[in-house]
Amino acid sequence: MERNKTIVGRKFLSLALVSLFVGLIGGVLASITYIKPDFLHDFQGLSKLRPIHVSFVMFWIIIAANGGVYIGMSLLSKNKPLKLISNLQIILWIIALLGIGYSYLIGDFGGREYWEFNPIWALPILIALVLQLVNFIHLAKSLEKWPVYVWMWMSGTVFFLLIFIENYLWLFPYFRAHFITDMTIQWKVNGSLVGSFNQLVYATAFFMMDRINGTKEFKIGSSKLAFSMWLLGLGNMMFNWSHHIYTLPTESYIRYIGYIVSMTEWIIFLRIVYLWKNSLNDFKKNYHYFPYRFIMASDIWVFINVGFACLMSIPALNIFTHGTHFTVAHSMGTTIGINTMILLACVFMFFTPKKIQDAKPSKSLSIVFWVIQLSLLSLFLSLKISGVIKGFWQLDANQSTFYEMMQGLRPFFIVFVISGTVLMLGFFYLIGTIYRYSRINKNQPYESEN
Amino acid sequence: MKIKTIHVFLLLSVLYLLYSLNIYLKPLQVKEVTTVNKFDMTEGRLVWQKYNCQACHQLYHLGGYLGPDLTNVYSKYNGNADVIKGFVKAGIRQMPSFNLSTEEERLLIEFLKETDASGSSDMRNYKVLPNGMIEQDGKK
Repeated sequence: MERNKTIVGRKFLSLALVSLFVGLIGGVLASITYIKPDFLHDFQGLSKLRPIHVSFVMFWIIIAANGGVYIGMSLLSKNKPLKLISNLQIILWIIALLGIGYSYLIGDFGGREYWEFNPIWALPILIALVLQLVNFIHLAKSLEKWPVYVWMWMSGTVFFLLIFIENYLWLFPYFRAHFITDMTIQWKVNGSLVGSFNQLVYATAFFMMDRINGTKEFKIGSSKLAFSMWLLGLGNMMFNWSHHIYTLPTESYIRYIGYIVSMTEWIIFLRIVYLWKNSLNDFKKNYHYFPYRFIMASDIWVFINVGFACLMSIPALNIFTHGTHFTVAHSMGTTIGINTMILLACVFMFFTPKKIQDAKPSKSLSIVFWVIQLSLLSLFLSLKISGVIKGFWQLDANQSTFYEMMQGLRPFFIVFVISGTVLMLGFFYLIGTIYRYSRINKNQPYESEN
Repeated sequence: MKIKTIHVFLLLSVLYLLYSLNIYLKPLQVKEVTTVNKFDMTEGRLVWQKYNCQACHQLYHLGGYLGPDLTNVYSKYNGNADVIKGFVKAGIRQMPSFNLSTEEERLLIEFLKETDASGSSDMRNYKVLPNGMIEQDGKK
């Protein structure tokens, strides 16, 4: 019976893994155009491959995050998710993924960056998000006291839906009539959407930590510090987005709000530094438990990325990194290093049969885990260095041509492509492992559900 | 009265909605600075999206990373639309050729004329203020 509780969430996670698979292939193929300019040239190369990569890895995060919410809420709530609603959601997501894939392959664009597909395919996603909210409310009704992760899941679900609608305001000519305001809204949306799915993903991490620690009293979930951090993150989701547009000649106050609110992220960074010894103890205590390793990895990537984010949010430094691969490294570091690691922890926690979870992880699985971390680090550094070089080029009084600058970055792009390929293979191995787990011992309980 | 989590959440949400509304109303408040036809410009932006120019190019350094920033490409070629049309039609290096209709070409040029008129994306034109903020040092 317990096993049935997480079945809806696991369906979402399975679909999300398919999206990750597609996104990874798109990413590696897209990266090849950086070192082999005529690669798939007749297919329109990067203009099709980049959206395939970006959209599908983003859908991996969004769908898996929704799966995490279902798993968490189903285990906490006395109610069961409404089956009709969740099944309809899955069907809508499948329609959207197929439609978007088709839209990209035939070059039927029309949307904006990250959402380049024909906007018609946003409709099934929108309905699926509304249904997610309906089921969330149904599950939350039976909870008397909300631990912090329920608040985070709620705020992430509500705001993701609202901002997703805002994402399509450009369909009305009124919002496109003033170019700078249009760009401001576009990056308001992009910044806040990331913030809202971060709420969903980080909540799942807190939820898993409480379960790993085995406390029924929601040790993390009821801590005042966790609530403070949630509200700090929520405030950043709402108001820090303008650190993306310091160079855009929009109103000063908009840029100052982003600057000031972004600086509060130093609190998060300093907290990590202050608690590093506790984190180290947690790492040692739980290292044997394979899903935990992904949480450990995400903690380290949080430290690295929040540190860089704090620096990049200072406009005087942002001028060196804006529009460069330094920013791409940040996106990769956060979406892969933080979001993907947390979601993989969730996947392994709720897909691995108890018998296997009790045993020490196999040597090959351990090796793949570290190969993924090292290849991500190498990809991250190659982009960071490329970004620094481009940043100085952007400010150089005797600027060479764009082509010459890009040629100079070629060695780093080669490292980027190799690291990306290894990373993809590592993730494929993990996806294959999960597929095997889901096929064997179907009737075994899942440790995490006990 | 004890401040509860829900109060803080609602306060933040209301502030966020007011802030959003303020931004949505900007097009009504901002005076037009260009001579570009508003309809052409808004439709030109759709041409930019239809051909997914953003996959490789940037506007104000926001967008793809394979090609150069195009915010000021119009003035870079001294307003010579034929040069820009030539790049689009023939392609260059990684850039494939795009088969735009004559009307789409015109709308795209109008859009790029507008982005150019909106300011400069050249990082060398920014100055750093004592508080760490950056400002465009003159329009171009």
